[in-house]
Order: sequence, then structure tokens, then C-alpha cells
Amino acid sequence: MLEHLPILQVIVPLLAAPACLLLNKPKLAWLFACFAAVISLLISVALLNQVQQSGVISYMLGGWEAPWGIEYRIDQLSAYVLLIVSAIGTIVLFAANTGISQEIDEDKQSIFYVLYLLCMAGLLGIVATGDIFNVFVFLEISSLATYALVAFGRDRRALLAAYQYLIVGTIGASFLLMGIGLLYSLTGTLNMQDVANRLPLVSESATVYTAFVFMIVGVALKLALFPLHLWLPNTYTYAPSIVTAFLAATATKVAIYLLIRLHFSIFGDDFGGGVIQTIFIALGLTSIFVASMVAIKQPNIKRLFAYSSVAQIGYMIVGIGIGTSLGLQATLLHLFNHALMKGALFLALAAVVYRIGSTDRACFNGLAKHMPWTMAAVVVAGLSLIGVPLTVGFISKWYLVLASFQNGLWTVGLLIVIGSLIAVYYVWTLVESAYFGKADAALTSGSSPVKEAPLSLLIPLWLLVIANVYFGIDTRLPLEASASAASFLMGGEL
Amino acid sequence: MFFDLYNYWMVIILMMIGLYMVINQSNLIKKLIGLNIFQTSIFIFYISVGKVKGGSAPIFSSTETLYSNPLPHVLILTAIVVGIATMALALALVVRIKKAYGTVEDSELQEQDH
Repeated sequence: MLEHLPILQVIVPLLAAPACLLLNKPKLAWLFACFAAVISLLISVALLNQVQQSGVISYMLGGWEAPWGIEYRIDQLSAYVLLIVSAIGTIVLFAANTGISQEIDEDKQSIFYVLYLLCMAGLLGIVATGDIFNVFVFLEISSLATYALVAFGRDRRALLAAYQYLIVGTIGASFLLMGIGLLYSLTGTLNMQDVANRLPLVSESATVYTAFVFMIVGVALKLALFPLHLWLPNTYTYAPSIVTAFLAATATKVAIYLLIRLHFSIFGDDFGGGVIQTIFIALGLTSIFVASMVAIKQPNIKRLFAYSSVAQIGYMIVGIGIGTSLGLQATLLHLFNHALMKGALFLALAAVVYRIGSTDRACFNGLAKHMPWTMAAVVVAGLSLIGVPLTVGFISKWYLVLASFQNGLWTVGLLIVIGSLIAVYYVWTLVESAYFGKADAALTSGSSPVKEAPLSLLIPLWLLVIANVYFGIDTRLPLEASASAASFLMGGEL
Repeated sequence: MFFDLYNYWMVIILMMIGLYMVINQSNLIKKLIGLNIFQTSIFIFYISVGKVKGGSAPIFSSTETLYSNPLPHVLILTAIVVGIATMALALALVVRIKKAYGTVEDSELQEQDH
């Protein structure tokens, strides 16, 4: 049983998905989905434990030896990302029952859970597999589920957002497919480790560079790297709030994982002689500034945090661009921390949507009186987003600045700090209107004044908020996991 | 040069036609047709990669010693299935967009939301 954990990690949500369709009662489907998600969370905890104790786990699918068969390979990095995805996926799923009750018709709710689990299975699959074509298949499984999830949104613009995302996502995945084909034509293998071993023999060929560019651009489309981020704000804004919380915390993280995997494990971190590092730093910094500035002016809070996500992705890309072990560790830490804070923020917005039905800035005026717990969560998660000490946001920004200083990139470190100050501004305007703004008449009077969100939403929300603070103080788990993953990757082996 | 690598030139041409259509067409259905052409170019690329000069079909026989590589063909079968699923989902979305907006022209859709 224990040796089958790598495949069970993916198979459990994948098989639970159609079971939810058969159950066909929203409440039952939700309970079953939660059950499956908790199991996959336990599996990821066990895998992380196993990897830290006894090193890389290699699992041969159907007993076929790699590189002929498909290999699932769990190393420090993938175990760490598996834990992030399954933990956030599970917590958000706890909130889903209440969260979607206002946004999705009852007869479609069980289908929602099917798609949610499929998306989760796809994301976990991308991380677990050691076969490069398998990555493409899982990427498409998760993407197709995501397009349908986005289209669930109440607003008709959700349909357009889903369509736009589908076009961009398919082009991205096709680019990845093209890159995989070029790599296969060069090396004759699809196993990542095998490809990595054989690439140095053909590294002079221009085809390697073409494959590299195709794959990096394809993944960059998926992770919404500036200037390929245009699909993200619409998608996050019009998708149901629960879907936004799930996507913001997991989908882009997995794409970043894929970028790290391609860049460090397959092509090697010195591939391209430093050019790609410079490009990453430049694009990362641009996306921090451009997206943060655009975020300030957004009248819709969900859209504001969508742009802020683009900016946060910028931080992770800068970490990859710095290219040292410490920079990579900062990226991995931010992967974990950003999942916590954006998960919390978007769940808080889900609570607001549940009570008020909108996330326009005007709705937040004086809201803290009516929904004190939700708004307190926004404040804590917002502080974490800025990077205030004692929250997780501080830890990753600290490492990022440290890594850039250590590498002599003083301006980069300075720009990161300045970028964080813009976040202070947009979080503050939100907090200001919530706590000091004058409430709309419609909010206080009327037959039913706005009440605090139900506990079924508040508990998962505060679970994430407490994690934001807890891991900001007791940093052992993310620090150790990310440090061992970073040093493992820089060690040059897969 | 051109005729030696005829397949690959076609891949590039089809890919560019497809991308151009996705970007330039205003009609949502035509965009999808472009997307389909774009994907097809990659399928052709994979199939071309699998061909070994002078190799026969990869069916074991006592008279043949050189075979084409069947693996890319198998891979691309998977990708074709994925492509069909994507296309079905995209068309379903277009049907719902048409119901919600009454049009599938991108320019008119943008107008309606502003």
C-alpha cells in the first residue's frame, strides 16, 4: 500500500470525480469530495515525510521500467508542491458547500465538485509525474476542468473570460506540446531524468533552444507572467469566488513548479548562459510594478486582488531569475506563502459575495461593523500580502531581498521593497473603507441588515488566516522543505 | 531544402496561419477554426518526427529490419483526443455566449459590456 502512494495521490481525486457525478446530491457530493480531498492531503503529508527521510521516491506505473514506462517521481520539490496543492484544495473545498450555494444553481452543484476534483487531480498529476508527455496530459485535464469551472460564474462575462482563457491556455499547452516533440526528436525519450541526462550531448543544436523557448513561453502563458497575463484578471474576477480562491492558490503555483522543473531539472540552471535569468528578473520586476499600479485603480476588489496575484507571481519569477540556491528558496517559500494569503483573501471575498452578492469597492464601506470576522481576516491576510513581520509574507520577501543583496543585485532588492509599498497602498484603501468608511444606507437599514458570514465559511477562512500567522512565526516547515528542495535542485540532479 | 523538409515547412506555415486567425479573427467560431489549424500543425510535426527514412510500418515481419517509430503517433493520438475535448468545450461556451449576448462577434461583445 505504502509504495503505491505516488499514484494514489493522483488516482484518488481522479476516481472520486465521476463518483460525485453518480451521487448527484450536492450535499452528498460535497461530503464525498471532502473525504477524497482529505485522503489526498494525508497522502501528500506521508509522501513529504517519506521523501525527507529516505530521499527520492520512484514509482513505475504498471511495473514497466523507466524510461520505457511512465515513471512517477516524487522528490523534495514535488512533495512540497503536492502538499501545498492538496492542503489548499482541501481547505477551500471545506468552504465550497456554503460558498457556491449563492453562485451556482442547485442542479449544477454536484457537477461543480466533479470538475473541482478533476482540476485537483490534474494539478497533482503535473507535479507527481516524471514523464514529460504525462505533464501535458495532466495540464490539459486540469485546464479543461478550469475553463468549465470559470464558466460557472453568475455574470455573463464569465463565459467570455472562460473562452478567452481557453484560447490562451490551449495555445500555451500546444507550445508545451511542440517543445516536448522537439525534445523527443533530439533525445528519443520522454522521461524527464533521461532527457536531462541526454541533453548535454546535443546542447549545441539550435533545436534545444527552440524547444526551450517553446516550453518556457507555453508555461509562462499558464502562469500569467507579464506580458502574458491578460487572461488572468477576467478569469479571476468573473469565476465563482470559491473557484477563484482555488485557482489563485494552486493553478499558478503548479505552473511555476513546472517552470522550475523545466528550467532547473531538465535544461539545467546555466542553460542559455544567463540570458534567461536577466529576462526573468526584468519581466518579474515589470510585472510587480505594472500589475500593482493597475491594481490600485480597480473598482472591483476581486479584480484588485487578481492584479495583485500577477504582481506576486512577479516576485516568484524574480527569485528564479536570481538563480542562486537562496533565490530559488525564496521563490519556493513565496509559492507556499502566496497560496496561504491569496487563499485567505479570496475566501474572505467569497464570504462577502455570499452576504452582499458583489465585490465592488462601494460595498466595502463600513462593512467591518457587519462582518467583523471576515474583515479582520482581510486585514491579517492583507498584512501578509504586504510582508509585515510575523506573517508569512515577510519571510519570503525577506529571503528574496536577502538573495538579491547576496548576489550584488542591489537595485533589484530595492525595487522589491518599493513594490511592496504599493501593496501597502491598495490594501490600506480597502481596510480604510471597511473600517472608517460610511456604510451605505442599504447595508444597515432594510428588512435584513447584512450579517456575519456563516461559520462554514469562516472556519476554513480562519484556518488559512491562522496558518498565515503561524508559519510567519514558526517557520520550520516551509523553511526546511523549501531549503532542501532548493539545494536538491541546485545539486543538478532530478 | 524546401522539398527535403516539406513536412516541416508545412508545419510552420499551418502554425502561423492558425495563430494569425486566432489573433486576427473577430468571430469566435473562426478563432476556434484557427486554433484547430494551429493544433493540427503540431500533430503533423509529431507524425513527421516518427517517420524513419526507408522504414516500413511498425508491424513485425521477417522481411523488414527498419521500422518507423510508432511512439510519436501514439502520443499524438492522445493529443488529438485532448484537442477534440477542448474544441467541444469551446463550442459549448460559444453556444452559451450566443445565448447570453445574441452575437458571436468579438467587437460587438466588447461593446455590449461597456
